[in-house]
Amino acid sequence: MRPDLHHLFRIDKLPHIWCPGCGHGIITRTIGEAIAESDLDLEQTVIVSGIGCSSRASGYMNFDTLHTLHGRALAFATGVKLSNPQLNVFVLTGDGDATAIGGNHFIHAARRNINLNVILFNNNIYGMTGGQYSPLTPTGKMATTSPYGNIENNFDIPALAIASGASYVARGTAFHDKLLVDCIKEGIKNKGFSLIEAMSMCPTSYGRRNKMGTPADMLNDLKTSAVNINVAKKLTPEKLEGKFLIGTLHHKPYREFTEEYDKLIDRLRKEDI
Amino acid sequence: MTMRKASLIQGNRACTEGALAAGVRFYAGYPITPSTEIAEIMSEELPKLGGKFVQMEDEIAGMACILGAALTGKKVLTASSGPGISLKQEAIGYAAMAEIPCVIVNVQRLGPSTGGPTSSAQGDIMQARWGTHGDHPIIALCPSSVYECFTLTVTAVNFAEKFRTPVYVLLDEIVGHMRENVELPTYEEIKIIDRKKPTCAPKEYKPYKIDESMIPAMADFGTGYKWHVTGLFHDETGFPTGKTDVIDSQLNRLMTKFSKYEDEILLWEENQLEDAEILLVAYGSTARSALDAIETLRNEGIKVGLFRPITIWPFPEKVLRGKLEKLKHIIVPEMNYGQLMLEVERVCKDKVSVSGLFKVNGLPITPDEIIAKVREVL
Ligand SMILES: Cc1ncc(C[n+]2csc(CCOP(=O)(O)OP(=O)(O)O)c2C)c(N)n1
Ligand code: SF4
Ligand SMILES: [Mg+2]
Repeated sequence: MRPDLHHLFRIDKLPHIWCPGCGHGIITRTIGEAIAESDLDLEQTVIVSGIGCSSRASGYMNFDTLHTLHGRALAFATGVKLSNPQLNVFVLTGDGDATAIGGNHFIHAARRNINLNVILFNNNIYGMTGGQYSPLTPTGKMATTSPYGNIENNFDIPALAIASGASYVARGTAFHDKLLVDCIKEGIKNKGFSLIEAMSMCPTSYGRRNKMGTPADMLNDLKTSAVNINVAKKLTPEKLEGKFLIGTLHHKPYREFTEEYDKLIDRLRKEDI
Repeated sequence: MTMRKASLIQGNRACTEGALAAGVRFYAGYPITPSTEIAEIMSEELPKLGGKFVQMEDEIAGMACILGAALTGKKVLTASSGPGISLKQEAIGYAAMAEIPCVIVNVQRLGPSTGGPTSSAQGDIMQARWGTHGDHPIIALCPSSVYECFTLTVTAVNFAEKFRTPVYVLLDEIVGHMRENVELPTYEEIKIIDRKKPTCAPKEYKPYKIDESMIPAMADFGTGYKWHVTGLFHDETGFPTGKTDVIDSQLNRLMTKFSKYEDEILLWEENQLEDAEILLVAYGSTARSALDAIETLRNEGIKVGLFRPITIWPFPEKVLRGKLEKLKHIIVPEMNYGQLMLEVERVCKDKVSVSGLFKVNGLPITPDEIIAKVREVL
């Protein structure tokens, strides 16, 4: 790790709990880099997470950190941010945490356009509990609870976030880490709900069962399946078949929840005089 | 806010006024009968005071949201009923485990399930004690008048802050919706307790390290202490641990953290208990019928008295045991099938026989029904 990032992490809590080859460590590092390059007041920064391998990242980060309940990180974070809008609030969550058990909080936090920076670690599986299918496990893939291949459909997370009201939506991967840092930094700048889908990988509970090779092979899959949105504009639909887009997918700032609340308080104060 | 005139107000409003007087400045919840007035009044009053109200997408979110706010230093409260209280249970356990001060008002309605939204009940006594999984500490207070809805909500907020614990205020629908002409205490008259904050340097801060008070100091998020909060078993630094001896001692402390404060926490009321031969143990709106029944029976020379636990959890068992000397029988009238009677029986049955008077159809237990029950056991 870059020595200039050490103060952002709880180095004494290492080694981390993640398996060798897990993508979550790379993504956690990119969050540190984005914070380091964003000139945030570190004492005014709170990291909230849910439950899952990904959500364990909060414990390694040197801030006020809140490791909550499965699916509920966004609801806790709403309380933190609304009660003290000065705080920079990050939410670290998994694909299961954010879109299965926490799906309701996800769409409503986006709808409020509350100023949270959400980094969703998508490894297409419930990693922590040993590899059951999630709402992001691709159709046909094997999981411990889809032993004959997954017959369910997936969410398109960016589309879900945009439709729900998120004002900044982007996607990066554990391979495209520089791009991921840039996306997180843009998300930090955006005054509203920012959703960054970070494509991760779980060699232990997903890759192995789906014969995806070594962690390096899985990283290479991320490399070859991702197409930058700027490049994609010039490509034919046939060329984009089976690929996913990375980069900033949506950016439309509009009224933010905690600012609107403060305006309401001001208005009532004036009426009182 | 010094002068308060007597006014005709509802239990739910008194409860909200108590919360605001105690310093609650954050509310999150989801509407449900018969608790909704509390949310409505909060949505009107909080922004005027610079506080925040948010209607969340469900009760789980409401509970989680107030815990997030509590960690930034706010005094927080949520209100709900039956189905909503069931949804909140996981996060209530989190509050107990991570020791986050919060108040949950449960205006009890007829259950289980959707049950009777506008019908009164006292069926959540055991849920308040054991609703979330695992062993955990809890405090529950039970008002039986509009005035008490105010004072006990103040007390609940104070207990939550002082003992870093979730505290229930258990109304029943009758108490929540009842209107009484009351003169509420002025702000000057009430005692306010704030949580203990760390005085050490951030580097030295251990969020779960106790002193003789048994209650660790709590830093607000955003003040440089950079601490970790988790629902996993943790050591005194707040970080997860799998060490069985640490888990053992942490849970032990949690389960006994109020023990030395019993004199402060255990609240109850007695009526004509000194010479009583028959004791009614009643709480909430049922205690009002019990008082009425006592008056009638006393006029006939029947020696009946009342013990009204105000603190339901922890149950004032030593206090009650100290009152058993002259008693021949105890009757527990309640709007459930004997939830508190089981507790009274546990505490008293080696000395005095106990029976219950149960009514679970949405209607209150009347004085006449209590009188009839007393005659039956005479
Ligand atoms: C209420 C509740 N239900 C189920 C679980 C068990 N559980 C813990 S983590 C998890 C899945 C996590 O998956 P994801 O959010 O994708 O994170 P990952 O481990 O893959 O990073 C589940 C089902 C739980 N802790 N709480
Ligand atoms: S199980 Fe998967 S997600 Fe969890 S640490 Fe291991 S590789 Fe990472
Ligand atoms: Mg996952």
